[in-house]
Amino acid sequence: MNRITQKLQEDKKILSIYFSAGYPNLNDTVQIIQDLEKNGVDLIEIGLPFSDPLADGPTIQASSTTALHNGMTTQILFDQLKNIRESVKIPLIIMGYFNPMLQYGVEAFCKKCAEIGIDGLIIPDLPVDVYADEYKAIFEKYGLINVFLITPQTSDERIRFIDSVSNGFIYMVSSASVTGSQSGFGNIQESYFERIGNMNLKNPQIVGFGISNKETFNQATKYAKGAIIGSAFIKHLSESGSQKIAAFVGDIR
Amino acid sequence: MNFNVNEKGYYGEFGGAYIPEMLYPNVEELRQNYLKITSEPDFKTEFDQLLKDYVGRPSPLYFAKRLSEKYNTKVYLKREDLNHTGAHKVNNTIGQILVAKKLGKKRIIAETGAGQHGVATATVCALMGMECIVYMGEIDIARQAPNVARMKMLGAEVRPALSGSKTLKDATNEAIRDWINNPVDTHYIIGSAIGPHPYPDMVTRFQSVISEEIKWQLKEKEGRENPDYVVACIGGGSNAAGTYYHFLHEPQVGIIAVEAAGKGVDSGHSAATSKLGKVGVIHGCKTLLMQTPDGQITEPYSISAGLDYPGVGPMHAHLAQTGRGEFFSVTDDDAMNAGLQLTKLEGIIPAIESAHAFAVLDQKKFKPTDIVVISLSGRGDKDLDNYIDYFKL
Repeated sequence: MNRITQKLQEDKKILSIYFSAGYPNLNDTVQIIQDLEKNGVDLIEIGLPFSDPLADGPTIQASSTTALHNGMTTQILFDQLKNIRESVKIPLIIMGYFNPMLQYGVEAFCKKCAEIGIDGLIIPDLPVDVYADEYKAIFEKYGLINVFLITPQTSDERIRFIDSVSNGFIYMVSSASVTGSQSGFGNIQESYFERIGNMNLKNPQIVGFGISNKETFNQATKYAKGAIIGSAFIKHLSESGSQKIAAFVGDIR
Repeated sequence: MNFNVNEKGYYGEFGGAYIPEMLYPNVEELRQNYLKITSEPDFKTEFDQLLKDYVGRPSPLYFAKRLSEKYNTKVYLKREDLNHTGAHKVNNTIGQILVAKKLGKKRIIAETGAGQHGVATATVCALMGMECIVYMGEIDIARQAPNVARMKMLGAEVRPALSGSKTLKDATNEAIRDWINNPVDTHYIIGSAIGPHPYPDMVTRFQSVISEEIKWQLKEKEGRENPDYVVACIGGGSNAAGTYYHFLHEPQVGIIAVEAAGKGVDSGHSAATSKLGKVGVIHGCKTLLMQTPDGQITEPYSISAGLDYPGVGPMHAHLAQTGRGEFFSVTDDDAMNAGLQLTKLEGIIPAIESAHAFAVLDQKKFKPTDIVVISLSGRGDKDLDNYIDYFKL
């Protein structure tokens, strides 16, 4: 069974952390993953940096740019992760934009992920329709879960379609925004979380965008299976370096 | 072969809508409505009226006598430079703001490179009394100061794009992020034939008035609708798309596209996408794209801010791949000299973007009987500082 599916069956709220591979330093990737697991994080999204991250706010733009300046490439990331399964057991997802994957070759990329033990992908600019028509078979061949986003503006009909194409979890974007731009949730998010929670979707939902601390984590997971922290963790890395991950995770739960 | 967009939003293998889910409702709303709205009689009436009385269309098709003598062929200029605001860009912004109004949008955002599209957007926003925010790369703000001032006079807010190369590509990224953050009340007026479907097609249709006019104007002057060649410069490719549109399926009409070679195609400082690009995804569409082997988008270079873009519209990528379009690349130096030559021979100072198209006369030999229509997409007022610097005037 895919590690993501297995993890989602556990009777707990999932804490997922995103970071940009190659940030703050090129070779921090493996250490950060190991530290996150050691401190009780359930799932990790490894960001493959891209020059033009359309859906990201200033924090992740900056960490992606730094990672690229540090020399990060798709191949270097795969090399860094080559032996990751010798030390890390939790599910690992690569999150990145479509163009670098297209250049690597979508099938070659998927094959490499499977060899390493990557469990899934999140590709914000690969629409579900194109995926279903052109790439689903490849992902399934390599046992990879592809995760799609929904937003407060996504229609119920489209959410049902996304649910039908998904086989892991649904990435529930908390509000209409790029990453890292919200601070706290109001009534609008609350009713959106509740609405989606009541749709009885086949896939569990994990909330992302705007989760930065214990309070927002708890709000997000009241109705959803888990929550993802990205920008806030990257800010923590920027300010405290990769040494103090325990403190960050400890503050969330 | 079909050179127009198909029902799925593709030109051959290029196009589509590679957008984050956050943009889907906006883009889908547009996709479902743009043809319906633009084919309504009251829309057409208002659009045509504004093009005539406000923009000053039809723009003249001018026989360039001295230029024709010099190159021993018949050169006509399609005078988009005479449009209100000084370039072809306004054809599209008029169309899009009318669409935005029909969709009930209150707020307009746009990206701009040379500032022409920003000015054209700010202009129609002033005309319609709508809020306008224009994203512009910090470097372009510096090199196109007069257009920045014009946008401000027109009531637009000009927001600098500070990321990446701080040029058109990055301004486009910022505009897209704004749209993600404002998904309900905002319409994004893309200025070029790029972006997710239906933008390339919608922009092309609004710009297609250029080739529509060429047809009847040429019929009046030469007794035939079809020239032997249509020539246009290409950054994203909106003036080119409009210039080619009604000739795409007329095989006797040669389609010539002129890209910016910058300091030379292989100099590392170029924007010649058809030569240097590979298939990739930028700003929501699959097209030819300048990028590293690792799929990172590279920084283009051209002396002209309007051609300084690492991709090309998907329609043009298809024209390049199928060979329907003949692609040339013109260096900064050749473009500047062609611009000066047009000024001296015809008394017309072209935008540096448009000057690229004229340099093709030195690269390709036309027959004396050939009718060559060149899109003079914009006037050179905004580029005076560049001309002054370059020629030490």
